[in-house]
Amino acid sequence: MILMQQNSEILDRVSFLAGDRAGLLAAPELPALSPFSQEIISMLEMVSRQLMSSAGARLYPDVTTFAFWIRRASLMEMKQRFARNDGGICTGRGVAFHIAPSNVPVNFAYTLAAGLITGNANIVRVPSREFPQVELIAGAFEQVLSQDKTLRPYVNLVRYGRDDEVNAFFSAMADIRVIWGGDETIASLRKALLPPRAVEITFADRYSLAVIDSESYLSAEDKTAVARDFYNDTLLTDQNACTSPRLVVWLGGEKERAKEEFWRNFHDAAEKKYQLQPIQSVNKLASSFLAAAAFEKCRIETHEDNLLIRVNIPHLGKDIMDLRDNSGFFLEYDCADIMELRGLCDDKRIQTIGYLGSRDMLRPLLSSGIKGVDRVVPIGRTMDFDLFWDGCDLMTSMTRKIVVK
Amino acid sequence: MTFDEMMQVAPYSLDAESKERLLTERLTALTLLHRERCGVYRKYLDSIGFEPEKVERYEDIPFIPVRLFKQLDLKSAADEDIVKVMTSSGTTGQAVSRIYLDRATASAQQKAMIKIVSDHTGSARMPMIIIDSPSVLKNRMMFSARGAGILGFSMFGTKKMYALNDEMQLDTQGLVEFLEANSGRRIFLFGFTFMIWQHFYKELVRLKEKGITFDLSDAVMIHGGGWKKLTSEAVSHDEFHARLKEVCGLADIRDYYGMVEQTGCIYMECQCGHLHASIFSDIITRRHKDFSVCDVGEKGLIQVVSSIPESYPGHSLLTEDEGIVLGQDDCPCGRKGKYFSITGRIKSAEIRGCSDTYAAKF
Repeated sequence: MILMQQNSEILDRVSFLAGDRAGLLAAPELPALSPFSQEIISMLEMVSRQLMSSAGARLYPDVTTFAFWIRRASLMEMKQRFARNDGGICTGRGVAFHIAPSNVPVNFAYTLAAGLITGNANIVRVPSREFPQVELIAGAFEQVLSQDKTLRPYVNLVRYGRDDEVNAFFSAMADIRVIWGGDETIASLRKALLPPRAVEITFADRYSLAVIDSESYLSAEDKTAVARDFYNDTLLTDQNACTSPRLVVWLGGEKERAKEEFWRNFHDAAEKKYQLQPIQSVNKLASSFLAAAAFEKCRIETHEDNLLIRVNIPHLGKDIMDLRDNSGFFLEYDCADIMELRGLCDDKRIQTIGYLGSRDMLRPLLSSGIKGVDRVVPIGRTMDFDLFWDGCDLMTSMTRKIVVK
Repeated sequence: MTFDEMMQVAPYSLDAESKERLLTERLTALTLLHRERCGVYRKYLDSIGFEPEKVERYEDIPFIPVRLFKQLDLKSAADEDIVKVMTSSGTTGQAVSRIYLDRATASAQQKAMIKIVSDHTGSARMPMIIIDSPSVLKNRMMFSARGAGILGFSMFGTKKMYALNDEMQLDTQGLVEFLEANSGRRIFLFGFTFMIWQHFYKELVRLKEKGITFDLSDAVMIHGGGWKKLTSEAVSHDEFHARLKEVCGLADIRDYYGMVEQTGCIYMECQCGHLHASIFSDIITRRHKDFSVCDVGEKGLIQVVSSIPESYPGHSLLTEDEGIVLGQDDCPCGRKGKYFSITGRIKSAEIRGCSDTYAAKF
């Protein structure tokens, strides 16, 4: 009785964007579903349609991308890749408690979708900042689920402040805890105990880079499209997502010409869309000084404004990412041999390499026994979410197998 | 002109053209001095391809973010010549600036400050009431900004009293006795803006309700440290003045703008309510988009330049404050040079990204 009263007080501090208190409290009693179950695929398809047809969603490319990712054809393609038929029975684990990063609008939607696809009931802490994207996506789920009493309790989108008691309450219910939001969030959530059999998936602070073959860039037909792609990889998230390139490595024999054109096109693209705040200009000036202080013979490239600040560094060390900044601050390196990146890519914090050119140029590096790098994707696709993320197979981690012999 | 020669010039006597010539020469010389003596600073100048012969006016001299003094040990003097390390007062857990002073720089700071302040208060020293607690100065090795401010302004005091005890309560009895002992003399009050409001003004109001009043109509108050906390209590500059006058008759109240990274070169408020740059230093407002220089009347990021620092490369700094240059050489108070107002501190960024730690950057 006292416990229930305490629970009730704790839940008073939680607001629901989808789902409700009764449904959430009953989540542990819900049956786990099979991965890619018909009812989940149909439900996500309806959410996808709802989003595609809403006027608001068209304003936000990240919402459209999500809607595209959960449409039926895309889910069926994922099913092809991930479903393994080895005679056992694969099923969700039960309740998944997700902590989405507070400053990325749509990450919460992907982690929710991953939880649903893998057959789990979900409690998702959405960003505390009120992004329109969050309201749009939560609204679409709420709309679709209001007509589906069976699936409704599988989706609980909640918002609450930094609150250890709420974290502890949801963690105690969880069979899976998924923590986005980096090292500090992970450390803070780890104070809340999980039940003994629960599993935890954490996404730590990670950093990314781009590798561009100068000749391939110069022969690219649509350089405006490359600039737009690179914008989506970087400034769309203030160049501060784990996937955003902080360092650009140049290969090939036409580096200076390629750089000149690449950065001019990128500047044009960024100038139209990016709102530079005063603090970002000051931050980037400070970061360029710190980079210059770290090396002899650093070169801060001349720039007519503060939108893009580039610092050419004379050699690559393992700690180069300590010099990173965001909001249009790029370290650059002129590379003669791809194996020069080996030390850097041995850093476990390195996540994605976005490339332009042939991916084969990276093979010797990738197969050299490096400890970092989980993804190698073309420029423009660094943000593409996948059930294989950060070196973690969500399909395997979020399901369990009943062995039947 | 050397710094000693500058000391012979009245602090607000140079017009725009003469001041520009003076500062361009002095600041270029300081840039070269720091390039030679501070390795980190030299690496930065090299990285931007700095060429001293291309400096036409002091606006062309590179500036570095003031924040770097929190992240790096920046000094242009040998360790054995450092006589004092000043630190900014940060709240617990925050990084603090460390400013290394040799004898020459420390002395130049004092001299410049005396010249600047005397121009506003007269050269006679006065009995001084420090609206703070004496414990601020306990650790003499590490000067905090508050301690440095108190020590700096103490040069203008004859007898001194601290108006607050260690619990930040007003020493009413001590205040009564000090004012009686010095009756008929002009009193100098000094403190930090928020503390004056919180621990002095509010207490005077309470005492007045009980019938205890003080007459400070012939006193001058100098206060600094910024308006941020008072703005959050919705107390404006004008209200601060009006309310203090109402409670104790205090009519001569002067704000100042300054920072531990350029101690000595403070910017005093004149009787017209404008902050003034002396010949020892200047402010330049810049547009954040490209760091170009703002027009008069246009709000921008504040760069401060100072002719004083020789022991650390802090002669040209970009602050995180914003302000407006209101005019030059034509303030009704008669002082030459730029006059300006501070509008506040720039907002910390709300940057997107996967990691939640964006607020904890500094």
